[in-house]
Amino acid sequence: MPEEHNSNGKNGKNGKSVGLLDRIKSGVKEDLESLKTDLPAKAKEQLETLKKPTRTQVYTSIFRHKHDDTPRNRALGVLSNVFLHLHPAKINRDAVRYSYTWGMGGITFYLFIVLTFTGVLLMFYYHPSKVQAFRDVLYLEHDVPFGKLLRNMHRWAAHLMVIAVELHMLRVFLTGSYKKPREFNWNVGVILLVLTLLLSFTGYLLPDDQLGFWAVTVGTNMARATPLLGHEGPFGAQLGMTPYNDVRFGLLGGSIVDANALLRSYIWHCIGIPIIASIFMIVHFWRVRKDGGISGPAPVILDSEVKEAQR
Amino acid sequence: MDWNQLWQIVSAPDNVPIVALIPLLAFYLFLAWRQAKANDSLVVQLAGDAALAKTHHRKAWPFQPGWQKEVHVWPFLLRMEFLAAIVVTIILMVWSITLNAPLEEPANPNLTMNPAKAPWYFLGLQEMLVYFDPWIAGVVMPTLIILGLMVIPYIDTNPLGCGYYTWKQRKFAISTFLFGFVVLWVSMIFIGTFIRGPGWQWFWPGQTWDHNRLIYEVNRDLPDLFGITSNTAKGIFGAIVVGGYYLVAGLVVHSLYRRYNTKNYQRKSLLQYSLMLFFLLTMFGLPIKILLRHSLHIKYVWITPWFNV
Repeated sequence: MPEEHNSNGKNGKNGKSVGLLDRIKSGVKEDLESLKTDLPAKAKEQLETLKKPTRTQVYTSIFRHKHDDTPRNRALGVLSNVFLHLHPAKINRDAVRYSYTWGMGGITFYLFIVLTFTGVLLMFYYHPSKVQAFRDVLYLEHDVPFGKLLRNMHRWAAHLMVIAVELHMLRVFLTGSYKKPREFNWNVGVILLVLTLLLSFTGYLLPDDQLGFWAVTVGTNMARATPLLGHEGPFGAQLGMTPYNDVRFGLLGGSIVDANALLRSYIWHCIGIPIIASIFMIVHFWRVRKDGGISGPAPVILDSEVKEAQR
Repeated sequence: MDWNQLWQIVSAPDNVPIVALIPLLAFYLFLAWRQAKANDSLVVQLAGDAALAKTHHRKAWPFQPGWQKEVHVWPFLLRMEFLAAIVVTIILMVWSITLNAPLEEPANPNLTMNPAKAPWYFLGLQEMLVYFDPWIAGVVMPTLIILGLMVIPYIDTNPLGCGYYTWKQRKFAISTFLFGFVVLWVSMIFIGTFIRGPGWQWFWPGQTWDHNRLIYEVNRDLPDLFGITSNTAKGIFGAIVVGGYYLVAGLVVHSLYRRYNTKNYQRKSLLQYSLMLFFLLTMFGLPIKILLRHSLHIKYVWITPWFNV
């Protein structure tokens, strides 16, 4: 700013301070001038970008591709999404038919998610102790907003999951989907079936009512009879098994279904088995893809076309 | 006919799942059967027409040249999954609003529930307790069911029927599985749920549950029928009977399987074949024991100081 330079060059005691004041004045004036011109311009620019939200940096940082309906974008919609990328980009045209898969595997997984969601909410209201457990369920049923609905949903989703798992196994068997190369994944599935039953069974005791108590009593009494490891089982007594050291004692944390059994089944139900089941589910889904996607509907093969393996 | 009793059993909230499972099972078996029939007739058609077999797309569903063989997951599969999730959610919501989860009195070890029933999916195993001691019904059988399921892919050497519904190409595998799943597993659950009343006694549907009913049933052991009294002789006798069952029934199955399933028989290694026979015969052991109980009132076949079968 040439004017300021000139005022700086002037001599005199007050010259300097007057120069500084001038400089500040003119600077502020200039700032205000720039606001007058720049602000409307930037606001206009901003409005223009708001008209196209998909161009904003926030949007493009979240969504990595465009969404106009092109084959490429359809594929990317699946592949660039962490939740959807379990799927391939394209599948057999007949594989989407409901009559082939019955959708049971997916429904099972969906029910697992529903159960996790409602289960976590239930955990907020539940203490796994003999004093509190039953009262907590009463409290849930009568005082917690939507508590009854929450508990009902958890219960029925659990039963529905058992049904869905069994029907899924039936479908996989009837379509011969366990055959090469999916033998291993069938085994992972069998383990998941067992884990589903165990999840449901460990949850049965938690309301601490007569139904759960006697069901679990009947169920764990079986463990008494475990060969070698139960005190009433074959060769159990010979191996030194008593009600206080056998496999049933380990399951219940005692010789009767009591406080320790409640705590144990709570921990297995809410933490132990869900984690184990999640790991097996990861493997299960991963292997579905790695073994070539879902098994069919595959072209039929004729008996005469089978090439006998050399043995 | 005690309709009230029947309604109480059918409408008990925890029995509803098995009430739901049975029509669902019937529906899906029908769906599978219809597709199997279509595929089987396609196989017959293709087997009789070599020229068609070379060009046919080999599915019972229509396909025309120029149609895409693959479709995009987005949206064609995802919309199905989304729809399924919505339908399941609606079903679950309606079910949860209309029917309350059961809650009985607080747990009381001094007041035994009669009948004390396991959750419905374990009632097949509990029903098995009528016929076997707990170490078999509660421990060995469940273990064998799990192991039996796990070995299926390794002993089924039939290369046909992978990825499509069929009956004619896999008659043995499908009938065996359906026998195990529908006849043994589901119907035993059905009996445990709807038939068994107080004291785990047999009450026909509509029969009033009488808590004081006594049944005078004299069960005998198989050695008693043959007048065997000494414990040693009973142990040896039982071992011979059980071993003899596996041997004789094994020979019967062998002669049938070899004749009517020749190709799969030839494909099996010794280990595969003997595993199949073992699991098959063990599975048949259950209905045989049921028949023995109901026809001859046999409790045990094999009695030893350590265990009874």
